Amino acid sequence: MIDKLSLIAVYPEILLLVMACVIALFDLSVQSRTRTATYLVTMLTLAVVAALQASYATSGQTMYAFGNMVVSDAMGNWLKCFATLAVMVTLVYGRSYAADRDMLRGGGELFVLSLFSLLGMFVMISGNNFLVIYMGVELLTLSSYALVALRRDDTLSIEAAMKYFVLGALASGFLLYGMSMLYGATGSLNLQEVFKAISAGQIKHQVLVFGLVFLIAGLAFKLGVVPFHMWIPDVYQGAPTAITLMIGGAPKLAAFAVFIRLLVEGLLPLAVDWQQMLMVLAVASLAIGNLAAIAQTNIKRMLAFSTISHMGFVLIGMMSGVVNGHAEAAGNAYSSSMFYVVSYVLTTLASFGVVLLLSRNGYESEEISDFAGLNQRSPFYAGIMAVCLFSLAGIPPMIGFYAKLAVLQALMASGGALHIGLAVFAVMMSLIGAFYYLRVVKVMYFDSPVKAGEITAPFEVRAVLSLNGALLLVLGLVPGGLMALCANAVMQMLAS
Amino acid sequence: MGLLSLAIWTPIAFGVLLLALGRDDQVQAVRWIALIGAVVSLLVTLPLYTQFNVSTAAMQFVENAPWIDRFNINYHLGVDGISVWFILLTAFINVIVVIAGWEVITSRVNQYMAAFLILSGFMIGVFSALDGLLFYVFFEATLIPMYLIIGVWGGPNKIYAAFKFFLYTLMGSLLMLIALIYLFNASGGSFDLLTWHKLPLGQTAQSLLFFAFLAAFAVKVPMWPVHTWLPDVHVEAPTGGSAVLAAIMLKLGAYGFLRFSMPIAPDASHEWAGLMIGLSLAAVIYVGFVTMVQKDMKKLVAYSSVAHMGFVTLGFFIFNDLGVAGGIVQMISHGFVSAAMFLGIGVLYDRVHSREIASYGGVVNTMPKFTAFALLFAMANCGLPGTAGFVGEWMVILGAVKVNFWIGMAAASALIFGAAYTLWMFKRVYLGPVTNDHVKHLKDINGREFFYLALLAIAVLYMGLYPKPFTDVMDVSVAELLKHVAQSKLN
Repeated sequence: MIDKLSLIAVYPEILLLVMACVIALFDLSVQSRTRTATYLVTMLTLAVVAALQASYATSGQTMYAFGNMVVSDAMGNWLKCFATLAVMVTLVYGRSYAADRDMLRGGGELFVLSLFSLLGMFVMISGNNFLVIYMGVELLTLSSYALVALRRDDTLSIEAAMKYFVLGALASGFLLYGMSMLYGATGSLNLQEVFKAISAGQIKHQVLVFGLVFLIAGLAFKLGVVPFHMWIPDVYQGAPTAITLMIGGAPKLAAFAVFIRLLVEGLLPLAVDWQQMLMVLAVASLAIGNLAAIAQTNIKRMLAFSTISHMGFVLIGMMSGVVNGHAEAAGNAYSSSMFYVVSYVLTTLASFGVVLLLSRNGYESEEISDFAGLNQRSPFYAGIMAVCLFSLAGIPPMIGFYAKLAVLQALMASGGALHIGLAVFAVMMSLIGAFYYLRVVKVMYFDSPVKAGEITAPFEVRAVLSLNGALLLVLGLVPGGLMALCANAVMQMLAS
Repeated sequence: MGLLSLAIWTPIAFGVLLLALGRDDQVQAVRWIALIGAVVSLLVTLPLYTQFNVSTAAMQFVENAPWIDRFNINYHLGVDGISVWFILLTAFINVIVVIAGWEVITSRVNQYMAAFLILSGFMIGVFSALDGLLFYVFFEATLIPMYLIIGVWGGPNKIYAAFKFFLYTLMGSLLMLIALIYLFNASGGSFDLLTWHKLPLGQTAQSLLFFAFLAAFAVKVPMWPVHTWLPDVHVEAPTGGSAVLAAIMLKLGAYGFLRFSMPIAPDASHEWAGLMIGLSLAAVIYVGFVTMVQKDMKKLVAYSSVAHMGFVTLGFFIFNDLGVAGGIVQMISHGFVSAAMFLGIGVLYDRVHSREIASYGGVVNTMPKFTAFALLFAMANCGLPGTAGFVGEWMVILGAVKVNFWIGMAAASALIFGAAYTLWMFKRVYLGPVTNDHVKHLKDINGREFFYLALLAIAVLYMGLYPKPFTDVMDVSVAELLKHVAQSKLN
């Protein structure tokens, strides 16, 4: 039944959908090479959507709509708000890059596909039903495949798109298979119903775990954690940098939300099982992500491996919620993960922003050596990049440190010697991580520039990038607000 | 804003201002702003001494404001007799370093000066933090400016040195982070240092915490055998970097023992005191031998720093008031003396561009004024009575003899090694006939160099002749610390 209340819960999604279609049509009338008009309308739409999400989030209401198929709660609305902002920032950074590479000549697909992928993220975040979540995942990934292939004359991009598509389809298969197993066992697609059915304890455990394994594998694929990480480095490197940011930024927020929805809201009674699986994934991601990143000379590839290791940290927070069958620590643990994801996305945006800034027409700034002597060419951008790298390395007073602190605190609060051992392992891995981040700082500050010349950028890019960089530092000095926001959002989600 | 906040944020604000000023075309203005910033930062720390109440062991100038509610982390600052001198020392050395880098640094001057100003703010933060996490944030944040100082303005092998410095010390601190989080959980959700001091802990937990802290602080001090990063880093760092590193940064580690290891894990501290004394004596004696054979002046002074810091840790872990107070005095005096030694080497290096002892010889013939200073600092380095170096070493030896004659004996032998390597270096560099051509053309120190060396000389002599102001301040706090450490926290 579709009543008025149901529609209120999804107003932002409806607005986004309508505007995406309108912009697709409107773009046909735009002639300019840089598609400024399309760009402006897109940004305006996104700004309205972000504001709408923020107002929903601050109202703190939890609404279920369309027969409990979607949910609008504070956690989801904040994540949607952040995802919208992330897409806006991505478009600001990426537009001139895309225009320089003829990605906008044929049409404004970049904007329309971005809007649709954002819609996919919204559906993923709001989904309260296996199939709705699956639909969101597919909408996001299908738009992403097309985005990666947007530079259709570039062999690297096409190769990346093919790889992404084939592996992504496989992962979707896993996900769907796991969902159907659980549906078969519990008899419902609705997360709350599944939760109740499993809690009742009547269903055979093995069947549930069998479905769970596939579900986790599918999710791990989307999040990009070892051993399901193969596509990440290739796609990050092969995709045009603006698109890399589109894939590596906002979707992480959605992937986190799906983890929460499926594993916490749906399958919390199976926590003992999935926590073990996540632990293995986390350990492998931390080890492989950090070790493989050392060997990279391409900065996009290096950041890809670093992403893998950071997702390992996110999983550590996710696996610390339930202790001996009690979920008192759940709010603390899951909010630490959420804080980690949000701060990670913020840092990724700024670091790719600098990479995009240094790329010129016909020249990619992809090798780490391209950053040589950046400090002499532009102390300001070198400073922003250094803040990003120190934040990723987890050195205070950058925000990345508090993210690691929150996750490690949750981990150590959740158990005995094993978890303390895991915490020691995690910090040792981030020590290895510090090495390759420092190497980029070294190249920027200690080496002499190979290329001279001023770095020019449109005003809006400079303004947003400065703001982005400043935010990393300011949130590092006063992280309390964002931490509290994540904590409240997760607590509300758990309480409902 | 309290005095401690001013002491922390004044230099940082000036540093940020310098970064914002940008380019190298305004070099003179940049230098003056840096100097003004450093001097103002020193002036705001002076009331900490003049208004300090020596009759109480409680924390003074306390500021406490909630910072991160989620983890109950507070912006909690305060000083007692143990820490107050280090704040003044840090601000003082900062002024010296800014003057010392005046003409020497010609590229990216604003970043150089800003790095030192920001670094000094962070280090003052370490000495005044009373919240475990606030301490950690300042402690780690010092790595960033120091990494850049070494890497940008350092010697030929600077990149190796910068990485070694950063990763070596980061490894230790990350283990401390685990310990801090453990304490947070164990104390029911508090990062407050004074709460942790009262927290009862089991023997195993205390031992593990003790070693986690040891990993962070031993690397920083540095204690034998994790001292190997120090000579490499000192050799490559620019003069100012070496001076700050030796004078202040090493003290962060030693200070950590007094604030964290000993009061939080007193039983473990007693249990492992033998180990700590052993490592300290190894630093004093073994490293003393190693120092003698060095051919590079900076390396020689770096190794002698390790030996001197061995005295500090030895004093702490014999658990009597003479030892602990002597250790703290030794930290302060070493701050003056090592900074002076490195700046002296810097004076020579700026002229000759060599740190090899063999490149010099007979410097006294061409640089008599400078040699006079160098002699004074060399004497202080080997602990001659009447100089700053003597007071701390003598107190520690006295304290050690009280505990065990042989420990005192072994420690005292270091005075002989100290005299041997310092005087032998002095003889080879300064005395005798001129053996190298370029020494003939050396110009004596100019007014600027004379000024900062004179400041340090005054400090060294004053502390040697009249150490009472230093010891008076710390007496009550040291007694209180020892009383606290003597009580078992086992439950």
